[in-house]
Amino acid sequence: MAVTNLNPPLPAERRKARMPLTVQLSLFWLLAMVLCALFVDVLRPYPITQMNLGTRLAAPGTPSHWLGTDELGRDVLSRLIQSVRSSLVIAFGATLISAFFGTLLGFMAAKFRGVVEHVVVMLADFQAALPFLIMSLAVLAFFGSSMLLLVCLMGFYGWERYARITRGLAISASAQGYAAAVVQLGAKPARVYLRHILPNVASTLIVSMTLTFPEIILMESSLSFLGLGVQPPDTSLGNMVGFGREYLTTAPWIMLSPAVVIVLTTLAISLAGDWLRDRLDPTL
Amino acid sequence: MIRFVTSRLFRAGLTVLSVMTFAFVVLRMSGDPAQVLLGPDVPQNVVQDFRDRWGLDDPIWQQYLSYLRAMLHGDFGLSMRDRSPAIDLVMQRIPATLQLTIPALILQLAFGIPAGIYAALKRGTLADRGVIVTAIVGFTVPSFVLGLLLVLIFAVTLGILPSGGASSWQHAILPVLTMSIGGIGVLARFSRSAMIEVMGQPYIRTASAKGVSWGDVVRNHALPNAAVPIVTIVGFMVGSLIAGAIIVETIFSWPGMGRLLIVSVTNRDLAVVQCILLLVAAVMVVSNLTVDLLYGWLDPRLRQTAPAH
Repeated sequence: MAVTNLNPPLPAERRKARMPLTVQLSLFWLLAMVLCALFVDVLRPYPITQMNLGTRLAAPGTPSHWLGTDELGRDVLSRLIQSVRSSLVIAFGATLISAFFGTLLGFMAAKFRGVVEHVVVMLADFQAALPFLIMSLAVLAFFGSSMLLLVCLMGFYGWERYARITRGLAISASAQGYAAAVVQLGAKPARVYLRHILPNVASTLIVSMTLTFPEIILMESSLSFLGLGVQPPDTSLGNMVGFGREYLTTAPWIMLSPAVVIVLTTLAISLAGDWLRDRLDPTL
Repeated sequence: MIRFVTSRLFRAGLTVLSVMTFAFVVLRMSGDPAQVLLGPDVPQNVVQDFRDRWGLDDPIWQQYLSYLRAMLHGDFGLSMRDRSPAIDLVMQRIPATLQLTIPALILQLAFGIPAGIYAALKRGTLADRGVIVTAIVGFTVPSFVLGLLLVLIFAVTLGILPSGGASSWQHAILPVLTMSIGGIGVLARFSRSAMIEVMGQPYIRTASAKGVSWGDVVRNHALPNAAVPIVTIVGFMVGSLIAGAIIVETIFSWPGMGRLLIVSVTNRDLAVVQCILLLVAAVMVVSNLTVDLLYGWLDPRLRQTAPAH
């Protein structure tokens, strides 16, 4: 506490420097992806299931099909735009669910301590003891795959991180003057946690969300790639890669274009997230 | 120290029990195994016979207790497909999975940690930037994309390596590469930040100020302290290796446990899926426990179970 840091990791003026080019590009790409997801119906040149057996496996650059067509003559660009929406919707939904329940459990552990805290810790241990992919494979295969189940299942991803962070921060916040003061003024626990403690931990939570979000995209893509995530006729990025794999030698573009989108999107979120973390919460 | 070890062992046991409960609840409650396995056109008496044999009509708590009892006796049930013990099926596949995961883990440790430490010591140089970029790319390219790209380059275009199967050691090259590259990135990135953190500590400056040579500062003062967080991440990597094996074995038609899991999940072969789930959980619990104990050994402060405040 009393030790002065003579050599801070980053001088203040460097941290306040303008946004680096990589971050600008990342934000631009993410904006493009969100616009794609919002305006699917306008942007998509063809319906995703429209087949044209006359133009099967057309190469990219074909005038009417910029990114080529797949084994059934469906337009790859149209399917790609639709897939971006599925993947983003699942990842957004899942991140919100995971952040909500994780934060709730973390606050509960901090408020009640004792048995509740032990149960939360045990659940977190359980989550850490099973690779998430294996747990979701079991659940999906046995309950059958549906969009709702997939979002809920992905919503289990990473809750323990939010729980751990909020528990720790809430415990230290309750020991500080401001929380004790509002309790003395007669505030109910819900008010103390939501109105006073939550705003103080929000930046850390937002940074954690940018860390979980790309991981959820990758998790959903992996499941869809294995054929157990998003089911046809719906399409997602992983699902396109999975089906495109069959045509790796004759029509690699079917698999390459969604693969590039996955990589660029996760890369962009990571870069933007790192930058955000440096700005908001250098301790994480 | 004894209290530390006992509390960790207790937590490990509790975790195994909760995984077993999870497996039981999900796998038994999600559908009727008899119907799924026998198909719709089977006479009622055959279905009933099957249900009796598997105890599917008992109350659920009785199924649970007999399930736990069977687990404790090492009896994981029979594969519903060919009636052979599930544990045997799984055990047959383990060597193939280890042939991929062990070399991948060795590569990750051998390249990831030195690259990260090197980048931390040469902070800001071109080499550092190179390591960061490689780490980020390795971290954001999912293994199924990486695997297919490697197949596209080395098997389809160049034709120098096989694209799938397991008949020779060359067949293992692409799968092992696919599994290790992401982990090398994660480990390099993590080792780098752990090392940078340690190098900024006052005791490093003290050591340099009293005239210890730079090499000795790194070896004796920085590395032992950076080892604590690095060991933690290595524990987590065991889990991602197992998950990676599922995808990589699928891409490269490698006859390991991951393939078996996907096939069993598709066929709803409950006994085999349960067996794999529990086995993976056991491996994870053991590796987490090892990390915890190593942690206690590396950092004496953590041996006290009760935190100071």
